[in-house]
Amino acid sequence: MKHSILHLALAAVAALCASGTGASAAWEPVRPVEFIVPAGTGGGADQMARTIQGIVTKHNLMKQPMVVINKAGGAGGEGFLDVKSSSGNPHKIIITLSNLFTTPLATGIPFNWKDLTPVAMLALDEFVLWVNAEKSYNKVGEYVDAVKKAPAGTFKMGGTGSKQEDQIITVAVEKAIDTKFTYIPYKGGGEVAVQLVGNHVDSTVNNPIEAVAQWRGGKLRPLCVFDAQPMAYDEPITDGKSWKDIPTCKSQGLDMEYLMLRGIFMPPKATKDQIDYYVELFKKVRATPEWQDFMKSGAFNTTFLTGGDYAKWVEAEQKRHEVLMKEAGFLAPGN
Amino acid sequence: MEELANLFHGFAVALQPYNMMLMVVGIMLGVIIGVLPGLGGANGVAILLPLTFSMPPTSAIIMLSCIYWGALFGGAITSILFNIPGEPWSVATTFDGYPMAQQGKPGEALTAAFTSSFVGALFAVAMITLVAPLVASFALRFGPAEKFAVYFLAFCSFVGLSKEPPFKTIAAMMIGFALAAVGLDSITGQLRLTFGVTELLNGFDFLIAVIGLFGIGEILLTMEEGLSFRGGNAKINLRVVLQTWRELPAYWVTSLRSCLIGCWMGVTPAGATPASFMSYGIAKRLAKNGKNFGKGEIEGVIAPETAAHAAGTSALLPMLSLGVPGSPTAAVLLGGLLIWGLQPGPMLFVEQKEFVWGLIASMYLGNLAGLLVVLTCVPIFAAILRVPFSIIAPLILVLCAIGAYSVHNSTFDVMLMLVFGVLGYLLKKCNYPLAPLVLAIVLGDKAEEAFRQSLLGSQGSLAVFFSNGLVSTIMILGLVALFWSAIQEGYSRLRTAAA
Repeated sequence: MKHSILHLALAAVAALCASGTGASAAWEPVRPVEFIVPAGTGGGADQMARTIQGIVTKHNLMKQPMVVINKAGGAGGEGFLDVKSSSGNPHKIIITLSNLFTTPLATGIPFNWKDLTPVAMLALDEFVLWVNAEKSYNKVGEYVDAVKKAPAGTFKMGGTGSKQEDQIITVAVEKAIDTKFTYIPYKGGGEVAVQLVGNHVDSTVNNPIEAVAQWRGGKLRPLCVFDAQPMAYDEPITDGKSWKDIPTCKSQGLDMEYLMLRGIFMPPKATKDQIDYYVELFKKVRATPEWQDFMKSGAFNTTFLTGGDYAKWVEAEQKRHEVLMKEAGFLAPGN
Repeated sequence: MEELANLFHGFAVALQPYNMMLMVVGIMLGVIIGVLPGLGGANGVAILLPLTFSMPPTSAIIMLSCIYWGALFGGAITSILFNIPGEPWSVATTFDGYPMAQQGKPGEALTAAFTSSFVGALFAVAMITLVAPLVASFALRFGPAEKFAVYFLAFCSFVGLSKEPPFKTIAAMMIGFALAAVGLDSITGQLRLTFGVTELLNGFDFLIAVIGLFGIGEILLTMEEGLSFRGGNAKINLRVVLQTWRELPAYWVTSLRSCLIGCWMGVTPAGATPASFMSYGIAKRLAKNGKNFGKGEIEGVIAPETAAHAAGTSALLPMLSLGVPGSPTAAVLLGGLLIWGLQPGPMLFVEQKEFVWGLIASMYLGNLAGLLVVLTCVPIFAAILRVPFSIIAPLILVLCAIGAYSVHNSTFDVMLMLVFGVLGYLLKKCNYPLAPLVLAIVLGDKAEEAFRQSLLGSQGSLAVFFSNGLVSTIMILGLVALFWSAIQEGYSRLRTAAA
């Protein structure tokens, strides 16, 4: 009896110690976490950040509140420089889009993705080639013929921003089919889609979520997706067609693949505990039904990467952007 | 008549006790948000958006749009009392609202502003109810060239119709354009005029400039004139509201014109800011006592407020039917729609009838509730002016600093605000008008962007601005407005010559 009491006491002490060390090892935020969006309100990155904020709040995934802050200045440069200068602050995370690569290359601001600590890739955003539904072409081949037939420079491609992902894809398409577009930059993806509906531009490379409403309304038509395989969502959108039915551009003779990163980074000098905390947090976010609905509504590619795999992916993408932007002549002087 | 049946169904949805409660809460929160300069409707809605994720979408949009109405009402309060516009479209309200407050008529100015807002919004909602599908397809005709033409018209009606010396107006406007050009050039993706200073990546935010130019500049002027605040003899009872109401029907022409301008600008979607400036400029020229504008004329409060709210309300139409937000707040609401699982676009009106008509019904009710709330508070707001200047001035300074800080969470902006304050003081001392400067900061980069987009599309040919009936008409209207004085003079000379 005495023996077992001693045993119990020892076990209790051991448990206490274990929990004590456990508590000091697992890091948790002690202040509100700032969630930086290097883009304006209402855009794709902003929507995703606010969805995450809503999920975290609704399911009580964090003891501290999460606050979304838009720092869109200088094509997102404002947000990246802010996180870069918050070295060692674990209460700040940033969601990135392709401007992680394109902004420093095009503007020459002193920033590189290596200044940040990679946490996790949440998803990849697809790009689709869209035309107005009134147009006669249903296939990429017919579209290419029409572009080539138009006098040089009169075929207008609309896109979001200048020297960013939409224009990079446009240049790649130009090269693939040996022609020239007039690229017209707009502020946001929704505006681009509406300009296409109003026939003010001739085609766009909108993300699915930006153009899906107009597709369902019968105003726009998707021609192909800039991915290695068709999108996974087979629920019909309109006329019995689903995202899955859109062929890849490569299979249609347009050799270009492009996916946009939707990933999370932290300021420099984050510890492993801190990174692990956020990785676990985003795993929980991904498991919620709200997140899955959001992925479906935007036909996202749901690849999830962390740690070394994620860093390797980002590194490769950085190199690829350097090459793509150099070929297109988009580099800032001195880069 | 199907629309009316849908609308009554919408009223049934909006009048549920739970939704009614959300409406009142939303209005209250909105007024508070609108009163704090810098916080603004867009930020307020963005901060409160996550609270609504657990509500049904219809209730959520009712609450958020009521915050929006509340912020619109609240923005007028600081413009009139302290000459600090909380939102871009409140700038034109300060021109006559603030002089009125200084003459001891803050109650009249506030009542006129609130009532005009209500009239403008009501007109726009009625339009949305009746002709939504038609209007949506009209908005599709607006490409870059048409948009530029609208901005051109806004600038021209302001320059051509203003009574300040044209040289000073244009000089002030050019300073505004230069400031608007700082930051990222959205057409080439290059940084401009930042001289390697990373804080300038953003360019000069309109709000910082306005808080400094108007708010701080005004405090400096008042200090120079001997620390007195001339609103002290304000009448503070509710009778003021009724008295003002008796005056308002006389200005029905201005109201109607402003409603039309507002709706048109909201749908196109150029937005509430050009609408308010254009409406003020035209009212100044066409009103009987137009030469008193800027000295505290009640018509100068009615015109911009009516147009701004008609535009702000009708801006929700392109958002719902096309998915293009007509204002920053509409952009945040758009994000909300997507999160609630609703896809804005042509199909929303067909597939989500209850949501759309619940929202439209809540626009009627929310505006009415908002009007009642703010009107009963008029005496309280007006009483603020009785506080001695030595107490209120530091409070305004602190509010301005918080407002400037909260735009981008940066202390650099607070410094910038002080610099703008000194600039505002100097310009006023030299009799340069501030309004064209502000107009150019707000619309300069948008106008530039639309201009360059049009030229890209037309291979550099200016003919694009006269390429179809719509764009030509707007451009010619703009030119007429610009040379209005010359045209008028020539006309009267011809008449005397003939006689």
